[in-house]
Order: sequence, then structure tokens, then C-alpha cells
Amino acid sequence: MIWHTWNDFVAMGGYAPYVWGSVGVTAAALALEVLALRARRRAALAHLERHA
Amino acid sequence: MTPPSSHAAALKAPGRIHWFGYASPQVFYPIAGKLVPWFAGAALLLAAVGLAIGFLVAPTDRQQGDAYRIIFVHVPAAWLSMLIYVAMAFWAGLGLVLNTRLSALMARALAPTGALFTFLALWTGALWGRPTWGAWWVWDARLTSELLLLFLYVGFMALQSAIDDPVRGDRAGAVIALVGVLNVPVIYFSVQWWNTLHQGASVSLRAAPTMAATMLTGMLVMTLALWSYAIAAVLVRLRCLILERERGAAWVATVSLGAQR
Repeated sequence: MIWHTWNDFVAMGGYAPYVWGSVGVTAAALALEVLALRARRRAALAHLERHA
Repeated sequence: MTPPSSHAAALKAPGRIHWFGYASPQVFYPIAGKLVPWFAGAALLLAAVGLAIGFLVAPTDRQQGDAYRIIFVHVPAAWLSMLIYVAMAFWAGLGLVLNTRLSALMARALAPTGALFTFLALWTGALWGRPTWGAWWVWDARLTSELLLLFLYVGFMALQSAIDDPVRGDRAGAVIALVGVLNVPVIYFSVQWWNTLHQGASVSLRAAPTMAATMLTGMLVMTLALWSYAIAAVLVRLRCLILERERGAAWVATVSLGAQR
């Protein structure tokens, strides 16, 4: 563990917006893709059930 | 053309490996379904380990301070953006030559995830460029060729969705994918071929990496994490595409009845 306090960790040596902006947008993008895939799968199965 | 059920039977025959059997959507659909939870689980586990190494263990860089930690998402995303494109071109080309149904669907399944990682490589690159170069964006060879990669993905998807006949769409997309694959070595070697603001590779197969061991470990674990994620996401999308494309097939009806979800 290289950080002494929680605030040190959050501050990222003054680069917080850049570092957390990278990690946050990556996590959000992947989460959105997962949600989109879930919706697509549900729609595909619902379509099959309607036309079964 | 042989009915799909004979592909399933051929797979069970002893002796040779029947590669074309796996090219049947009916055979691959349940296999993909079984693989998804393993790759998704591996992705979560590896991401937890990789983020812990990268953000709690790896030391602050002497030159770049903590801004360098963007590397733990930037490099894996950038590697994946190129790798997925090569895979997409490979499957699109295979579908074009062999007319295997699953290959074209695999190419279609890879494109959105590849485009997403290309966007993330550019986004994290901009957030890294600003504090280290003083610019969000420069028109150097590495950045420009990566932007071209994003346009190639978007062009591939736009062209395929614009063509109503799915098989004609597959073929037209394959042409873009194969022409565009020439851009991948340009991206990779751009930092050697041109004088770029973007730094050269810190990791190569021929020389010892020029970074601290914990930094390198964190980056490689994050690469495996995003790689696993991409495989899981692509397989889920492939299963959706199979259900959408093969709607008329008898076996697909059993999926909706819950026989093989």
C-alpha cells in the first residue's frame, strides 16, 4: 500500500481528474455495454416467444 | 446444403476434429453460452487484482507522478482495439471465402466492442496527453491512425446496418474490414516509422521492458481482464446475433421454450 491517507489516494498526486476520468469513463462504458447486451438478449428472446 | 442437425452429429463422431461443425450456429450457440460465465468471472477477478496492483501497490512514477496510472486502462484498451480489429478482419475474410454462416456473425459481434475499446484508447490518451504533453490531442501518426481505426469500425457497422440483405451486408462489411486491416500495422509501428509525440513501446517481445515490475504486472493483469471481458461481451452479442439471424430455424424455437437457453 503506497498511500498514507484516503485523501492522498483520491487526489492522485494532483492528477485526480485525469486518472479518475480515465478509469471512470472506462468502467461506465463497459457497464453500458453490458446493459445494452442484456437488453438485446431479452428483446431477441421476447421476439422468439411472440412468434413461437 | 446439409441440415444443421448433421453438423451436430458430425461433432460427436470419433476421430478427426470437425472444425466446420463448430461453424454451425446451432452447435456454437450453447458452447458460447457455457463459456460466457467463465470469461465474465475471470474478467471481474483479474480486474480486481489488476486495479489493486495498479492503484495500491505500484509506486508513483518519478517523471510523470500519478498521471502515469492511466496506463493501466490506456494500454490494455489500445492493444485490444487493434487485436479485435485483426480478429474481426480474420472472421470477415473467412466468411467471405468459405461462406461459413458463423464467421460473418463473429465479425459483426466483434465490431461494437472493438469500437468501444478504440474510443477508450483515444479518451484515456487525451486525458493522459493533457497533463504530460500539454495537449488533449495532436495530429501525430499514432493518434491519427488510431482515430482512423475508430472510423473503420464505425464504417463497418454503418455499412452492414445500411444493407437490408444480411448476407450482402456481411460481404460488403468484409471488404471494409480486410482493406482496413492494413491500418493496424501502421498504428503499431507508427512510433518507429515517424517522429511521433507519442512515446515508443515500453514493452516488446524482443527486449526487457523499460518499466518497474509492479507497473508491468498491473498492466498485464489489466490486459488479461479486459481481454476476458471482451471475449464474454462478444460471445453474448454473438448469441444475440444467432437468435436474430436464425429466427426461422426450428432449433431456435426450442431456445425460446427454454430447452437450451
